Amino acid sequence: MPRERSGASSTSSSTTTAALLALLLVALVVVSVFFFAKKTWWFPPAITAFGHEVDAQFMRTLVIVGVVFVLSQLALAYAVFRFRDRGQRATHNEGNQTMEVLWTLATIVLFVGLGVMARNAWAEVHFRPAAPDAIQIEVTGQQFAWNFRYSGADGKFGRLNPKLVNASGGNPLGLDPADPDSKDDLVVPVMAVPVNREVELLVRSQDVTHSFFVRELRLKQDAVPGMIIRVHFTATEPGSYEIPCAELCGLGHYRMHSTLTVMSDADYQKWLKEQAAANAP
Amino acid sequence: MNSMSDSAILDEIEIIDSGKGSGVPPRDGGDDDSGNSGRRSPFSSRRYFTGISLGLVAIVMFFMALTSAYIVRKGLGGDWRPVRLPSLLWVNTVVLLASSLTIEVARRRAAARLESFRRWWALTTVLGVAFLVGQVIAWRQLVLAGFYLKSNPANSFFYMLTASHGVHLAGGIIALLYVGFRVWERARITRDAAAELASIYWHFMDGLWVFLLILLNLGR
Amino acid sequence: MVTHDSEGAHAHAAPTGFIRKYIFSLDHKVIGIQYWLLALFSVFVGMFLSVMMRIHLVWPNAHIPFVENNQLTPEQYLALLTMHGSIMVFMVLTTAPQSGFGNYILPIQIGAADMAFPVLNMLSFWTTFLSLVVMISAFFVTGGAPISGWTAYPPLSALDAIAGPGQGAGQTLWVIGVAIFCGASLMGALNFITTIIDLRAKGMSLMRMPLTCWAWFVTAILGLLAFGVLLAACLLLLLDRTAGTSFFIPGGLVVSDKIIDHKGGSPLLWQHLFWFFGHPEVYIAILPGMGVASHILSTFSRKPVFGYRAMVHAICAIGFLGFCVWGHHMFVSGMSPYSAFAFSLLTMSIGVPSAIKTFNWLGTIWNGKIQFTCSMLFALGFVSLFVSGGVTGLFLAQPSIDLFFHDTYFVVGHFHLIMGVAAIFGIFAATYFWFPKMFGRHLNEGAGKLHFWLTFVGVYAIFLPTHWLGMVGHPRRYADLSGATFLYPLIPVQKFISIAAFITIGSQFIFLFNFLWSVKKGMKATDNPWHATTLEWSIPSPPPHDNFGGHIPVVYHGPYEFSVPGYADDYVPQHLAPEHVAKNKS
Repeated sequence: MPRERSGASSTSSSTTTAALLALLLVALVVVSVFFFAKKTWWFPPAITAFGHEVDAQFMRTLVIVGVVFVLSQLALAYAVFRFRDRGQRATHNEGNQTMEVLWTLATIVLFVGLGVMARNAWAEVHFRPAAPDAIQIEVTGQQFAWNFRYSGADGKFGRLNPKLVNASGGNPLGLDPADPDSKDDLVVPVMAVPVNREVELLVRSQDVTHSFFVRELRLKQDAVPGMIIRVHFTATEPGSYEIPCAELCGLGHYRMHSTLTVMSDADYQKWLKEQAAANAP
Repeated sequence: MNSMSDSAILDEIEIIDSGKGSGVPPRDGGDDDSGNSGRRSPFSSRRYFTGISLGLVAIVMFFMALTSAYIVRKGLGGDWRPVRLPSLLWVNTVVLLASSLTIEVARRRAAARLESFRRWWALTTVLGVAFLVGQVIAWRQLVLAGFYLKSNPANSFFYMLTASHGVHLAGGIIALLYVGFRVWERARITRDAAAELASIYWHFMDGLWVFLLILLNLGR
Repeated sequence: MVTHDSEGAHAHAAPTGFIRKYIFSLDHKVIGIQYWLLALFSVFVGMFLSVMMRIHLVWPNAHIPFVENNQLTPEQYLALLTMHGSIMVFMVLTTAPQSGFGNYILPIQIGAADMAFPVLNMLSFWTTFLSLVVMISAFFVTGGAPISGWTAYPPLSALDAIAGPGQGAGQTLWVIGVAIFCGASLMGALNFITTIIDLRAKGMSLMRMPLTCWAWFVTAILGLLAFGVLLAACLLLLLDRTAGTSFFIPGGLVVSDKIIDHKGGSPLLWQHLFWFFGHPEVYIAILPGMGVASHILSTFSRKPVFGYRAMVHAICAIGFLGFCVWGHHMFVSGMSPYSAFAFSLLTMSIGVPSAIKTFNWLGTIWNGKIQFTCSMLFALGFVSLFVSGGVTGLFLAQPSIDLFFHDTYFVVGHFHLIMGVAAIFGIFAATYFWFPKMFGRHLNEGAGKLHFWLTFVGVYAIFLPTHWLGMVGHPRRYADLSGATFLYPLIPVQKFISIAAFITIGSQFIFLFNFLWSVKKGMKATDNPWHATTLEWSIPSPPPHDNFGGHIPVVYHGPYEFSVPGYADDYVPQHLAPEHVAKNKS
């Protein structure tokens, strides 16, 4: 049987390596915790009740995840330094049934519990449909622009006909003029909504998959061709918010972009009138 | 090496291995050919049976994916216009079921009655080819009746599923030819083991066809 | 008992000609090295693509030689992105840890002379090679490589060049390449499983298998079940692209004011099929790394794996749960919110076996005698990266939080850490560990340590800030940072990431040179340089053609009998009969 010392590590180089690795792990913990605690890079403030709930759930998760992360990395750092090869003999230990059961149960409670706690926020937007009096806006993604359709005074969306689609000719959605419902439909490339009113979006796509994303709403919804997907929100803070496309849709994906403006109800009514006037033939 | 007595060593082992069975020589190994199964040659052909079973699992997953796509797509409704299945398909089905019988007859003669095996095996191969030819004719009939691949999702699925089955069955025919023509004297497995492997695959293809036929019929 | 020696799988005698010996070899060891070299080539191609991407992203006006106008276009960026993902996932993360090391080490570790089906083994390598050639050829056709990402969501991937450059011939070649890869992987998976079931040596019970073998076993099962589904999806996509069917393309689409002549298909159908494969694929990439990490942590801590049984159960649980969670990739795709919630809970529960593994790794090194070989450093790095990459999954698994993070750089950071870098650390740990066995010489430890420090710091410098980009909501797959105003303040972070990436990728050349130098000039290796226990260390380095030289190994011990009290040495090889194990004098 070979008797020479295994490996190449002598005690002194072992200490240097152990110390360096342990230090790097500690540095990793310090840097991560610092930037998350300082919120150097953070989401913009939420402008919906749902958004605040998501943020609260995020913070709960962050605390749990943070504790797991910090303890695991520090335990690794400690073990790496403490149990480096100094010529000792390792303790023979094949495991511990009690500990296995304990940490299995603990992680089940922690992780699945976290998942159950996340239910409320999710249920808010997805299990409950929008109120009947919510403002309906149809959101259409196409390479590489967003179009927003307001149903106008009649509250009805007119018929669309793919054959009539002509983006450069001013009919990007293919609105059928033969349908009386389409007369007062308003199609605009930017979106405005009144503050504190529930808005229901009917998200669709004309060509490939896009994704409607407003960071401040904490809301993202793929626009899947062939489907009309409903989501709803109530914005509580007036302001202007960006709408980037969040699903790869082709070479212009990065520049598919629009704006959501949340305004007072009076401003909103004024905006609708202005847009209708500007769109009139 | 040391001079301790055997019993001392065994005691030591008991302590060290805390009942994990270490130190107790061979119990659960891999290929254990000491068994008495008649079909096994000195070189274990067990791996081929394991291999073919796993291959069938993979084929099942492939067709399950297509089946779920079929069910989902059909559920979307609207433009689903069922294919009028040509009656020739029933003839083909009978031919394929018959081939399962003949391969079973052949397999039982592979070890002892070589001439008889060869005849039944050849008959199975002919029936398999006949099934494929029948399938192609059924396609021609559908095309002539105006059911094109792209004109309707039901058509697309019909052609795609029957073609996928046909390709797998063609693989089976190659296996039949291989078993029929190979010289087995110098092979590592016996002819009857090979015949059994081929027949497992063949029966499976038979069953798969019946499943697809039921699926396509429910799609009407 | 199978007699592998004379009439077993190695009934083929050692070949003598160059072609039979090194090109169309039936020897699992040669095939393993072939896979490994294929992955090595692919990883450098993949890294080159990411260098180009990182340059374009932060210096869009940089002068790039050999391309039109000396500038990359947004579509070229997306082509680089698609091919980077595809090559890395399929050709590196799926081949190196499983087909590469699995092929070389697995038969030896279970005491077999070769894989169960050597010819099939050779075929699966050359099929993989063909798939790589087909995939890379997409760069050289009209329109170039596809731009739809490695996930290839239809309709973008199902329409032809009208949807964008690269969506013509390039996308078709991509689909064919992936389909061929599926075939190759199925052959490989079948071979692995059969080998483990039927070719274990006498005494090698399942619960005496090294955890590496368990990981390869479960990975092969995942591959067998998953790749058939991807193959089916590719077949349907190919028909949509070339035969005019409408499996994935709905009706009424208008692209560039032109009506698309398809109707009634479902883009979500592809997403379900793809992710039914795609999520197990994540575990196909990472499970072998887990096995390798357990193996190496135990060896260089001179301690048994803590909770061997729990580790086996955790591997199986991860494998099983891996098939139940694909929906978490589709929280924003418009699936039923109730199924989303169910998928969320299942996904959270996959954290349980993952946490068990982490705790057991810590338990393994605790009270050990840690020897800092390069292999051990990468294994320890693996644990750190696995934790860092794993915990962020707990955010993404919750649909409400995922609404914000989906398709942002947060996801990019998450999956690069866990599936990319952690898996790569597993591959490196395995390479430094088994190189002496494979080539009979050691990799240079000094250069290896330098390689480790630069890589370890480098990957964190790349992927921690990547998470922070995601915190701000930076969408991924953006060819240009001018698309939204909230991206402008993030440009310095992007620059930092680019520079960190260049340094990290540059330091991989240390490894490449170390490898090339050590194959010829490295320190000669003994049969068992690490004083390890498993069967591959009981035979010469490199092993003879039939592995055990005509002698059948018999296994008497568990895989990790280190520092057993009462024994003179701090390790007990698996093949050593009890009466031959040296005792303490006392």
